[in-house]
Amino acid sequence: MLNFALRRFLLAALVALTVSIVAFFLVRVSGDLATSLAGQEASAEDIEEIRKAYGLDRPIIVQYADWLGAAVQGDFGESLFFPDTVWELVSSRLPTTLRLAMSGLIISLLVGIPFGVIAALRPNSWIDRLAMTIAVAGQAIPTFWMGLMLMVLFSLMLGWTPISGDESWRHFILPAVTLGYYSTPPIMRLTRSGMLEVLSADYIRTAYAKGLRPMPVLFKHALRNAVIPVVALASVQFGHMLSGAIVIESVFAMQGIGYLAWESILRNDIAVIQTILLIVCMFYVFLTVLSDLVNAWLDPRIRVS
Amino acid sequence: MSALLDVQDLTVDIPVSDGELHPVRGISFSIERGETLCLVGESGCGKSLTSLAIMGLLPKRAQRTARVLRIGDLDISSASSREMAHIRGNSMAMIFQEPMTSLNPAYTIGNQLEEALIRHRRVSRAKAQERAVYLLEKVGITGAAGRLRQYPHQLSGGLRQRVMIAMALMCGPELIIADEPTTALDVTIQAQILLLLADLQREFHMGMLLITHDLGVVARVADRVAVMYAGQIVEQGTAAEVFERPLHPYTRGLMACIPIPGKTVRGGRLGSIPGLVPSLIGDMHGCAFRDRCAHATSACASYEAMRDQGDGRAYRCVMTPEETMAASMREQAA
Repeated sequence: MLNFALRRFLLAALVALTVSIVAFFLVRVSGDLATSLAGQEASAEDIEEIRKAYGLDRPIIVQYADWLGAAVQGDFGESLFFPDTVWELVSSRLPTTLRLAMSGLIISLLVGIPFGVIAALRPNSWIDRLAMTIAVAGQAIPTFWMGLMLMVLFSLMLGWTPISGDESWRHFILPAVTLGYYSTPPIMRLTRSGMLEVLSADYIRTAYAKGLRPMPVLFKHALRNAVIPVVALASVQFGHMLSGAIVIESVFAMQGIGYLAWESILRNDIAVIQTILLIVCMFYVFLTVLSDLVNAWLDPRIRVS
Repeated sequence: MSALLDVQDLTVDIPVSDGELHPVRGISFSIERGETLCLVGESGCGKSLTSLAIMGLLPKRAQRTARVLRIGDLDISSASSREMAHIRGNSMAMIFQEPMTSLNPAYTIGNQLEEALIRHRRVSRAKAQERAVYLLEKVGITGAAGRLRQYPHQLSGGLRQRVMIAMALMCGPELIIADEPTTALDVTIQAQILLLLADLQREFHMGMLLITHDLGVVARVADRVAVMYAGQIVEQGTAAEVFERPLHPYTRGLMACIPIPGKTVRGGRLGSIPGLVPSLIGDMHGCAFRDRCAHATSACASYEAMRDQGDGRAYRCVMTPEETMAASMREQAA
């Protein structure tokens, strides 16, 4: 198990390095940074001056090495628009986004897994059809529209929740539900199909042949095997939520890194954009490792060779 | 003393898209304590469904009816699902055909072995573990204590089937049902597993229903034989009698399929029964084997009664014992 974990972490570190390269270069291929920083009225001399001031005249490999060297020491540079350093900026905004994504994921797991199981136990029953209808709708409705509709209903018409902002947990309800609803369908569908497959497995019949009652068979023998693929999916979904937060935070005016990313893209605040890109990717990488470890714990075929 | 397992007129019907499937059509047999009955027949003749019907593990769609279906004192045909769960794995246990997929990949061998005993006897884990080690050694697994911590994927097919056998024995069942327990194994392992089963059956004085399509298996372990064809038992009797003097043309056909060293011509054609098993969908009348039988006459279309020869010997054919023996001689000559 330790060996397995070490291998996974090493692999993750390599992926993280690759991601940092991609993050760095992607921002630079979107156009000449010096020109866009200088603004439309700038003269050629001004542009050159800015190019020199930000070190953009150096070879791009040197720029990358320089940036990476500083980044691993926790120095992500300065924002072009805020007085704070990028790290101060991002770290003050990150908790809001993480709380939002976490709540969204918990909602989608709490809804997706039980409904997936029930749907699998009664395939083609009304509850199965209802669950699948909700799933199809969830996949089809864009999150921003869903967010706005929830806001109209619960905040404006019913007045149960605050309209926007992120001051209290009540502010998180609607955005978390919106995000959670979006990722519930894949989790529900995968749980359902996994469960259907497992329930027809020979070892389930063995469990019944031992005289086990349906509930122990379901929870001990079936569910554990059925959720293995769901764990991997959940980690991917969490990654989606971090990126989905860009839209949701804008809709609900929450000061998370999604909103910050959106602002920074509009202002061409490259140090911020590239840092957020890197951090979100790091979460992705970390979650993938985490889901691999959880799966190894659930499935001995992965952990014991 | 009444029989351990008594089955009278057991039928299984499964609704399918183009009618109703009748895979088991009124079969009757009984098993005494300490006795091995082999249920023989080719694939799809209803052997496995018979065993699942007794265990109460038929697929949901399948409907089971029986005049008598009883194990020990329990009437299976009227038992609730709770009562059935109480005797499954307890007084009757089952060994399946597929050892590779019959164990849960997520739990250790020990965990899965101990489960039944803990469920039925409410013993401590330590006590269950002790019993598991004892039985693993009994089924010939070395280093039994260490095996408890292993997972199914770390074991070969033969070992897994031994584990399945040990698992079936955990609660000391009176009846053991083995559904083609050696089919999925290497030929070299098959004989070992079979002899092991036969030894354990004798040692623990269990009744055993052994389902197989392999007559070689039957000859080695059976006390009594029931030959099944198209959902019916066509011949029944002690193993010695059935092998010595097969009364049904189908039984003789099955036996002719076994190559015998010295007798079967090298490079010659192996024995086979021409034709196909009839469809088991819809109503059936007369002898189900008549389309494939060399001795079929017009009378076969309506005859389907069992000819009882006494002492549990019976067969289902329009020919009298004298006629069928004469037919047998003609087959031999041909």
